[in-house]
Amino acid sequence: MEAVLGRVGLWFLILLLAIGAIIGAQDSGFAAHATIIAIVAFVLIWVTAGRYDPMAKAQSLFKMPTGPETYDDDPVRWGVLATTFWGLAGLLAGLFIALQLAFPVLNFEPYLTFGRVRPLHTSAVIFAFGGNALIATSFYVVQRTCRTQLAFPSLARFVFWGYQLFIVLAASGYLLGITQSKEYAEPEWYVDLWLTIVWLAYLAVFVGTIVRRHEPHIYVANWFYLAFIVTIAMLHVVNNLAIPVSFLGAKSYSAFAGVQDALTQWWYGHNAVGFFLTAGFLAMMYYFVPKQAERPVYSYRLSIIHFWSLIFLYIWAGPHHLHYTALPDWAQTLGMVFSIMLWMPSWGGMINGLMTLNGAWDKVRTDPIIRMMVMALAFYGMSTFEGPMLSIKAVNGLSHYTDWTIGHVHSGALGWNGMITFAALYYLVPRLWKRERLYSLRMINWHFWLATLGIVFYAASMWVAGITQGLMWREYGVDGYLVNSFVDSVAALHPMYLMRAFGGLLYLSGALIMTYNIWMTLAGRIREEAPMTETPHSDAADRPITTVPAE
Amino acid sequence: MSFYETLRHFADSYGLALMFVLFLMLCLWPFRPGSDRHNQTAANSIFKEDSDGQ
Repeated sequence: MEAVLGRVGLWFLILLLAIGAIIGAQDSGFAAHATIIAIVAFVLIWVTAGRYDPMAKAQSLFKMPTGPETYDDDPVRWGVLATTFWGLAGLLAGLFIALQLAFPVLNFEPYLTFGRVRPLHTSAVIFAFGGNALIATSFYVVQRTCRTQLAFPSLARFVFWGYQLFIVLAASGYLLGITQSKEYAEPEWYVDLWLTIVWLAYLAVFVGTIVRRHEPHIYVANWFYLAFIVTIAMLHVVNNLAIPVSFLGAKSYSAFAGVQDALTQWWYGHNAVGFFLTAGFLAMMYYFVPKQAERPVYSYRLSIIHFWSLIFLYIWAGPHHLHYTALPDWAQTLGMVFSIMLWMPSWGGMINGLMTLNGAWDKVRTDPIIRMMVMALAFYGMSTFEGPMLSIKAVNGLSHYTDWTIGHVHSGALGWNGMITFAALYYLVPRLWKRERLYSLRMINWHFWLATLGIVFYAASMWVAGITQGLMWREYGVDGYLVNSFVDSVAALHPMYLMRAFGGLLYLSGALIMTYNIWMTLAGRIREEAPMTETPHSDAADRPITTVPAE
Repeated sequence: MSFYETLRHFADSYGLALMFVLFLMLCLWPFRPGSDRHNQTAANSIFKEDSDGQ
């Protein structure tokens, strides 16, 4: 009883503080965010008081584990559902802004203009969809590979719900026009501080679980997860060093200025790609691909070389985002050289993943989850080849600021991050909810083809669009003037933008099929369908040749 | 020499050499004699008593 009263009191205090912040707010955006906090605190008071049940203290609202003999999977289950939900939201936002580029009339001012929905899309897919997938799978994998229950169960719940609050604050902020204008780091100072607290709690849970492990060796997937968590903490703190204008206002100014600010931003930005979208998802690859293929990773040695090479090389590659800018030339060259060196460890990792199927390649035909994993690895290989190529200054002179970059990002994000996450979700759902199998395996196949075709439409149209832009922008006439105005290039791209939006629609349709499949699996249904492997047996053909003696 | 220059000269001489040696050592570590069995065990550790941990 005292504990419940204490908790209600704590939520009430937060509610009062939030109301105080609404009253004293310097701008409407900050007031809106304080309102969100107040609503969350109010709901928590309501639920805590309403659910008070003296007989079931251990299993409260947040489903704390009852004993050490089971894995603590409730945060993983919530994470799987959150990944699915935010994935749909992020892909829908992406389709919407793709259509805005083709049909500018869709810019509904002020909240739904391209400039506001675009960061909503990027953050929703990277941090909400990808982030939840990483948190959920890391909690699942670290327990299994360490053979111990998740450390600090209450902190783990705080990590999940605190991260959702971060997402809601970030997303609503973009639509309200709250941004510090740093790519992939748009949230303002108070949201950044909140994420720092959540992230340190995440680190504590993860390291705590590793410390409590019952396995002597720390499996390589955990190395990648740990590198992801530690590096993101460092990048996030340094990149977001800023001084708020007022303690009750959203606006802040960066601690860096000019080219230093730009370099810090892209040191952060590129390593967000390197450690959030690469290291974290490689951790998923190193656990789920061997488990689904039912054979150990091709070379454990190669996985360790892969790990250390990524760690030592990635951190230097950021300046390739600033070719031909005010950044010193030597720094640009450094970024380019390290980007090219990154190609080899990336392909080492791809080969390691693909060769895990050595001797089991038939599974690509029979197991749609394996098929998805293979496609994810293929796209990991393709985008980690394209990236170093684009970082070469001469190539970058053509590709920079064009849609080629957008195409490159999406072949990595849709092909690698999306596909490996979908595969991991399909692996996890029947195991987490203790179902015999997924509702439908054939629907995974549909998802696979819709997603693959969607990426083909997306990447191919953006290659054409990007090279068209690059060539039109640099074309000089005999008199030394530019031949094309900017708007000429925009008009030329219209068909490409339509094709890109169509690709996005296909990819979103695949995700909708996955959502339906997961929904029905959770409902306990199993679809009546022909199995994926049907090799027909002919009794008539299955007999030896009987020679007829010559007459 | 300014503090910046001191750091910068350290970074592109001893610092660079140290990082490179450290990198090589970490990469060669799994190739040390007798590590083969250890690598095999580590790679197979995810299949031990496999029951999806219920």
